[in-house]
Amino acid sequence: MEKKLYTITIFSENTPGLLNQITIVFTRRQINIETLSVSPSALKGIHKFTITAYCDLDTVQKVVKQIDKRVDILKAYYNVDEELVYQEIALYKLATDKVLSMGGIENLIRKYNARVLEILDNCVVLEKTGLYEETQEMFDELQSRIGVLQFIRSGRVAITRSKIERLSDMLASIEARINRQQEQQ
Amino acid sequence: MTGAKALMEALLHEGVDTIFGYPGGAITPVFDAMYDYMDKFHYVLTRHEQGATHAAQGYARVTGRPGVCIVTSGPGATNTITGIGDALMDSTPLVVITGQVGKTLLGTDAFQEIDMVSITQPITKWSYQIRDEQEIAWAVARAFYIASSGRPGPVELDFAKNAQIAEVDFKSEKCHFIRSYFPVPEIDESILQDAAALINCSKRPLALVGHGVTIGQAEEELKAFLEKADIPAAWTMLGESAMPSDYRLNKGMLGMHGNVGPNIKTNECDLLIAIGMRFDDRVTGDLDAYARQAKVIHFDIDPSEIDKNVKTDIAILGDVKKTLPQITQLLHEAKHTEWIDSFTEYEEREKNNVIQQDLHPTDGPIKMGEVVRKVSDATKEEAILVTDVGQNQMSAIRYFRFKNKRSVVTSGGAGTMGFGIPAAIGAKIGAPDRTVCLFCGDGGFQMTVQELGTILQEDQLGVKIILLNNNYLGMVRQWQELFFGQRYSSTPMANPDFCQIAQAYGIRSAHVGRREELDAAIADMLSDDKAFLLVVECEEKGMIYPMTPAGKAVTNILLGD
Repeated sequence: MEKKLYTITIFSENTPGLLNQITIVFTRRQINIETLSVSPSALKGIHKFTITAYCDLDTVQKVVKQIDKRVDILKAYYNVDEELVYQEIALYKLATDKVLSMGGIENLIRKYNARVLEILDNCVVLEKTGLYEETQEMFDELQSRIGVLQFIRSGRVAITRSKIERLSDMLASIEARINRQQEQQ
Repeated sequence: MTGAKALMEALLHEGVDTIFGYPGGAITPVFDAMYDYMDKFHYVLTRHEQGATHAAQGYARVTGRPGVCIVTSGPGATNTITGIGDALMDSTPLVVITGQVGKTLLGTDAFQEIDMVSITQPITKWSYQIRDEQEIAWAVARAFYIASSGRPGPVELDFAKNAQIAEVDFKSEKCHFIRSYFPVPEIDESILQDAAALINCSKRPLALVGHGVTIGQAEEELKAFLEKADIPAAWTMLGESAMPSDYRLNKGMLGMHGNVGPNIKTNECDLLIAIGMRFDDRVTGDLDAYARQAKVIHFDIDPSEIDKNVKTDIAILGDVKKTLPQITQLLHEAKHTEWIDSFTEYEEREKNNVIQQDLHPTDGPIKMGEVVRKVSDATKEEAILVTDVGQNQMSAIRYFRFKNKRSVVTSGGAGTMGFGIPAAIGAKIGAPDRTVCLFCGDGGFQMTVQELGTILQEDQLGVKIILLNNNYLGMVRQWQELFFGQRYSSTPMANPDFCQIAQAYGIRSAHVGRREELDAAIADMLSDDKAFLLVVECEEKGMIYPMTPAGKAVTNILLGD
């Protein structure tokens, strides 16, 4: 089956060792994680993982089910790029003297819609948010023109295009489940 | 009270009556607390922590309640890994409590500190480190709920020493609900209708019965379902005793060493109805040649099993105890006489080519199969069967017969050699009124032979051990004969005098080398309710047939003729 980049979104309780529980599902199937981003979600106490990985549809379906099965995972699902709005952020550290001597830094910043975060005697730090290809293109240009001292890119953050809000749906169904259970008791 | 005592109270609150284990440094406070609870728990001191876990598994499998182990940190804890992994594969509820160094020492490579939570995460439903005495009631309640609900499995609690010693105001808790955990999926009524329609249309249905029926205690519901639509059924190894052996619709075992009929018919049926089974590769063989002609309905409690190995047309999520009766209501009464009769030809072929020689040989060395059947007959098909792993297991599973449900304890998914003796100990403790017969080989027997000491300490616990000795690691030898050019690498065994070992533990024993001695020895073995070791010298080059070679189609069956 055809391999493509899938974005896997996971909502979990914030308990220690959860990242390990998630990564072992990938490890067992020899799938490399391309990017990983973890942060508190909009709901207190619930964490959100955004993971990208190349695999086929059949595999991503099985991986998501096996992650979803873990006791502390609230919900896991997957999306393809077309279903998502997503961004990455990149920071570029450049030598101040080279930035000054290269000329045209204004054009470069306009061209890539980048920002200057810091200017010091020895270095300048630029920031760009965008798709992987866009942050990479700016890196390639800077690298070839004046060299980049340090470069760092975040994992993907993504939200779905669809109207359905997965997290709130999920919490509503959990609440319904609690109510049913209380009725039964 | 201390955290250690709080643990005892929490276990009592969960209804625990038996604990298997082994003491050691970081768990000593718990064992000290247990000293005051000797009248409340049956504490079973095994001879190795692996034995404790397998014994707890045996107990869990015959009672349906979680088996409990308490062991120390470090090597004591890592020795439980095989049992924990086995329990996950075979959906066995287990609560393993391991000692751990105090929290100020965590992460410092302290004496006997091993990171059990990380090690056990891939092989448990839940692993948790109790670092604070306030968490004891909560963690124990949660552990039992997780281990026993939904698809059961092992849970590990790593109990830091500081929390064992600290004083705590204990208040028992009960866990019925975890918001991120859906143990039993909700039943979709419309899917039941679709599935019933498919069954009602089917001319050649075949049901595959797995461990889920036993776990869900749905034996009666299964029978009602099969009866109404007249559906022949075959079983996976762990599903064996869900139907009586002589039941009209019981068509035998699936898979690699299963019966010819159900394997052939898997590729002839028009509808495959999987009930609480997971299409293991030992059942399916080559998936590309597995039941391609059939529609598939899959009953399971675990959504991650759906479409994992075999693509289903209809998945019925839920507990089979509930889903089976619901669907039975929607079925038309049917008769599939011709289809059911079509199994007979294959039953006859297997009987003539394999079973007759296995059960009724007239000369030559003793066959494993005949020993198994004689013990099965002598126990009136009412015993609990425990097996080790290998040829002994296949012979026992194939030829032992059952009248009662919940009567098979074997290591299926993991295939753990050495499972037998400790699992039989746990089974006997869990079902003291039943006869427990363990079949094992010379290999597996010696892997956990030290547990004979546990039998001794439990006052010659009535485990009937039948050692089918062929002086080989027989199943590997079989593969070497068939697939590795008869190069018997590391499979011949130089064996001790097994009866002398039994004698050292005070266990009665008998040695049988000739067929004529067998009946009397079995009668002697079964004459009391104490431990017994029956060593039977079996055919060295014995083979288990039928056999579907690994990775081949289910219909590619070797009969050894």
